[in-house]
Amino acid sequence: MKKSDVPQDRSHLKAGNHKELCYAVDDKGEYTTAQSTGWKPKAIALDNAIEEINNRISKAKTRVLNKETSPIEYYMELHKMDVSILASYVGLFKWQVKRHFKLKIFNKLSTKTLEKYANVFEISMNKLKDIDYGN
Amino acid sequence: MEINFTHHQTAHCENGVVSNLMKYNGFDVSEPMVFGIGSGLMFCYIPFLKVNHAPAISYRTMPGQIFKRFAKRVGIKIKKEKFKKPQEAEAVLDENLKKNNPVGLQVGVYNLVYFPDEYRFHFNAHNLIVYGKQNGNYLISDPVMETVTTLTSKELEKVRFAKGAFAPNGHMYYPVGFPKELNIKEAIIKGIKNTCRDMLAPMPIIGVKGIRYTAKLIRKWPKKKGVKVANHYLGQIVRMQEEIGTGGGGFRYIYAAFLQESSKILNNNKLAELSKEMTVIGDLWRDFALDASRIYKSRSAKDDAYNHVASQLEAIADKEETFFKELKKAI
Repeated sequence: MKKSDVPQDRSHLKAGNHKELCYAVDDKGEYTTAQSTGWKPKAIALDNAIEEINNRISKAKTRVLNKETSPIEYYMELHKMDVSILASYVGLFKWQVKRHFKLKIFNKLSTKTLEKYANVFEISMNKLKDIDYGN
Repeated sequence: MEINFTHHQTAHCENGVVSNLMKYNGFDVSEPMVFGIGSGLMFCYIPFLKVNHAPAISYRTMPGQIFKRFAKRVGIKIKKEKFKKPQEAEAVLDENLKKNNPVGLQVGVYNLVYFPDEYRFHFNAHNLIVYGKQNGNYLISDPVMETVTTLTSKELEKVRFAKGAFAPNGHMYYPVGFPKELNIKEAIIKGIKNTCRDMLAPMPIIGVKGIRYTAKLIRKWPKKKGVKVANHYLGQIVRMQEEIGTGGGGFRYIYAAFLQESSKILNNNKLAELSKEMTVIGDLWRDFALDASRIYKSRSAKDDAYNHVASQLEAIADKEETFFKELKKAI
């Protein structure tokens, strides 16, 4: 890539006033660095990834409101986690976390366990039990 | 307290931390040098591991390896510490800052507040330098950022004790012993040999073979996973290749810069030629990313389009195979 070809496209980087460093060759063929505000192909990829996450969040929300899953799954998606990441944050096994998605089990969870989740998601117990709490 | 530390922006965090720490200690080592000597270049399809619900593909070696190999090859000693308790991690950090010793830290990105929200994923192998503490705030030099920044001790604790894959456990590291002169020439040769070995490894998911393997998977994705998932996967490959930190073209441009610098140090013209060749390969990776982005942009691609980008990858694999065989001979 030539230095003059280092892309300066619009991206989330640019929106946040960030620039990243790229390596490129100057007119004499010498390697140098240049800042870039972003490149379209990856901006689209990131947009799609974010959209995908938002879809997952809204699907999880609907499932919680339909009483098909516990609020834990919704908050997990909201924090861009998957079961294994959440399990390591709360210090439980993956199968335990999955079990806590079941409403019947969730409703019987001890305060201590619920607090673990509330702490990881940084929300109150009320909000953990009811995703619409306070709205 | 503030250590008299100069921040230089780099493309990648691990190279950057090493390069900046070396410069602080009086050794002018560029980012490409660190990357090349540490044999950072790689391609690996990581089976079983999913990142953001898509297959994990890496264009670089395992986190921590670059510094480890670099240190060993140029002859510096590093001290590494991990901690069980956050309080202990903070105390040892403070002690080092009091002794005027800037340190590297491995951190998770998700809670890194100065990153744009869109980039905050659960990725735990990010690196930064702490060079001081003022009014309870830590002074941070994050090499991928343009300028220095600060974090509160609570914020720093959170990123040092992020959980999940590659959990940092407060991981802190810094150089402790330097030779009179760095063993650069030999280090370069060792670094290059290691990279050639990695890229030509007779393993199905690593190096050139890994690129071919990925191409094969791309051909299968639309039928096996459906267009939506296939596009998500393809987007993930492009992000791994181009998102913050690779310097463009999945680290290939940084590597070309390393070869150019090395050709001067070793007085080896062949390396300068190969640097140009690597730039061409980097451009091919960029073309691949561009064409892949056309697929996931339109969202209704035909099988043909997937076959097309898969063929691009196979062509790249052929080129890199020839390239690394030649590179091996050149040193």
